[in-house]
Amino acid sequence: MSDMAVHAPHPPGFKHQFEDMEQQREAGSLGMWVFLVTEIMFFGGLFATYIIYRTLYLTAFEEGSRLLNVKFGAANTAVLIGSSLTMALAIHAAQAGKKKSEQVMYLVLTMILGALFLFLKFNYEWRADYHEHLIPGFGFIIRPEWGAAGTHVPLYFCFYFFMTGLHAMHMIIGFGILGTLTVMAHRGRFSSEYYAPLEVSGLYWHFVDIVWIFLFPLLYLIGGRFALPGVH
Amino acid sequence: MSTTVIPELPGQEIPAESRVNYLNASYGVKSWLLTTDHKRIALLYLGSITLMFFVGGFFAVLMRLHLIEPQGALVAPETYNKLFTMHGVIMVFFFLVPSIPATLGNFLVPMMIGARDLAFPRLNLLSWYIYIIGAAFTLYAVISGGVDTGWTFYTPYSSTFSHTSVIPTALGVFITGFSSILTGLNFVVTIHKMRAPGLTWFRLPLFIWAMYATSIIFILGTPVIAITLFLLGLERLLHIGIFDPAIGGDPILFQHMFWFYSHPAVYIMILPGMGVMSELITCFSRKRIFGYTFVAFSSLAIAIISFLVWGHHMFVTGQSIYAGLIFSVLSFLVAIPSAVKVFNWTATLYKGSISYDAPMLYALGFIGLFTMGGLTGLFLASLATDVHLNGTYFIVAHFHYIMVGGAVMAYLGGIHFWWPKITGRMYPDGWARFAALVIFVGFNLTFFPQFVLGYLGMPRRYAVYPTEFQVLNVMSSAGASILGIGYLIPLIYLLWSIRYGPIAGPNPWGAKGLEWETPSPPPTENFEEIPVVTADAYDYANVGGSRV
Repeated sequence: MSDMAVHAPHPPGFKHQFEDMEQQREAGSLGMWVFLVTEIMFFGGLFATYIIYRTLYLTAFEEGSRLLNVKFGAANTAVLIGSSLTMALAIHAAQAGKKKSEQVMYLVLTMILGALFLFLKFNYEWRADYHEHLIPGFGFIIRPEWGAAGTHVPLYFCFYFFMTGLHAMHMIIGFGILGTLTVMAHRGRFSSEYYAPLEVSGLYWHFVDIVWIFLFPLLYLIGGRFALPGVH
Repeated sequence: MSTTVIPELPGQEIPAESRVNYLNASYGVKSWLLTTDHKRIALLYLGSITLMFFVGGFFAVLMRLHLIEPQGALVAPETYNKLFTMHGVIMVFFFLVPSIPATLGNFLVPMMIGARDLAFPRLNLLSWYIYIIGAAFTLYAVISGGVDTGWTFYTPYSSTFSHTSVIPTALGVFITGFSSILTGLNFVVTIHKMRAPGLTWFRLPLFIWAMYATSIIFILGTPVIAITLFLLGLERLLHIGIFDPAIGGDPILFQHMFWFYSHPAVYIMILPGMGVMSELITCFSRKRIFGYTFVAFSSLAIAIISFLVWGHHMFVTGQSIYAGLIFSVLSFLVAIPSAVKVFNWTATLYKGSISYDAPMLYALGFIGLFTMGGLTGLFLASLATDVHLNGTYFIVAHFHYIMVGGAVMAYLGGIHFWWPKITGRMYPDGWARFAALVIFVGFNLTFFPQFVLGYLGMPRRYAVYPTEFQVLNVMSSAGASILGIGYLIPLIYLLWSIRYGPIAGPNPWGAKGLEWETPSPPPTENFEEIPVVTADAYDYANVGGSRV
């Protein structure tokens, strides 16, 4: 077996520590799944803390939640799900042996949708929050209409910015990965035999998407927004 | 060296220097700093953690010097607080956690499973750089005035009141955590996917099972401490009320989250040592391990149960008493797999052909000291006795019996066992046995009196104490100086042996295991041909036979 690996011509992307491409592909895939488990524990600790404080300071967290712009949140959810679709299509294009321009197109589309998400998030939501003095540590103003709950509204926004910020950071990292993949795809590195980097990065991108799927209802929707018609 | 057998393998008559191996394959600083060879990365780690060990040890020396006098002989109380904090932070996060996995584990996991390298060699190198960056932050915190929160960073002291370098220290620990995560990830994938043909799960050396169990804790636990320290930093910067009770935060939540990682981390520190033990005991008693599957699964059981016992650190800090009851029961449960291991090692010794080489002396020391550390842990897992013993020197003694008497003994035993494989050279056996003995005596003299001190009620982390405790404290300090010398001796003769030690040959101990089937030091690709395994681990009954 080892002789074969040494003497046979190496397929593109083959790493010397492996016996064959199959082993390499399986290792890469398992590696990403294990990494995603660590990510789940990472976000899980944060989600658990959020839920505990939400239970302790329900009114304050509802007040905070109502100040978020649910339209942008919903639009961004659609944008992210769309980017997951284009990511899956990029993988499929390589898998099915389609030509490289199609792979590049889907990867670029994924990047555009990712950029759109960040643009909406930073330029509309966060910027408005800044002008409304809702960023803790940057001139946060406690409003009188919050009443007694007001002292803990900053805590809600602290979690909001930390959680969405961490998510955005993951997207920016994903952006770098997608850029690398686009260059690789443009150079014709992927084929129906070798598309592991696409597949593994796809897992990551979908994970980042799924985190948002949890963040959106946790932060935007369950704030009693729909129990109180007329507010916002 | 009387018991050392050097079997003649074909192709081994050539002295190590004239053969290309991983050490002489390339030269220069760059060839080390950019290496992806798991063996070289293991040595990079070995150098870094040894440095951190002596930094952390230096703080311990200062503490023990200070405690010679009841009023404190050396430093101001504020400085003393910084000494025990930095000792704890450096020893736990920068020495004990990476100790065996990052050095012996990195070196041995691919070799023991017959692979050319870990699954992700570049990730492996990255993990070392992350470790170095984390260590740099922490050392910066030390130089910039130190930190005084205790290694546990309990809030609200750490988040609100401490005026020391909490953030750089926490950042250093946070960053280093990612190096552990990457190491654990690499090990899990490698062990799953890269075993040699014929090497089934139940033929794996038990060291591999221990590394696997440790990696699971790395993967599941470390992200939680990362997020906890991040929240701590946020609270300290913004005073937003996450952990500070004065503004509605919950300090107990910090303790829950901290111990959710840091109790499993105790098993990160001891499980690899247990893996080393199984290798040493079988080799030096020339027997198969007694109850292979029990020892293997006890590692996994420890890893799993370790996640369910964190609350035993919080019996007296405001946790509900019902939670306390459950955590107490679960903590007793974790004693079972630990005891399985101790009994199985002892049963392995029974009617074995035992030789007392230096690694075996450390192994035998481990059995005794770990048992004492483990049994005294049961006193602390019992709710009623814990009320008396919590926060005293009894706890300090208990966990040093596990961490130093257990983990460090196993680490040193492992280093001595695989040193000929790593360097191709033997160290002076007489000195090595002498050092093992000095360490054993010094250790017990340092920490046994602390059990008594704690039982009599001396609290930990105090810079002063009543005069009636002076005799026991002086004993402890005297032991610490012996222990310190004991650690310096191996440093000297091991470094000496790299140049002047006799050539070791591929298998100086006549040990089983794939790592001994290849030359010492091994070639960069580990094996000229990937071995095919046909026998169980520890096939010592089959004298002279090869596993391949």
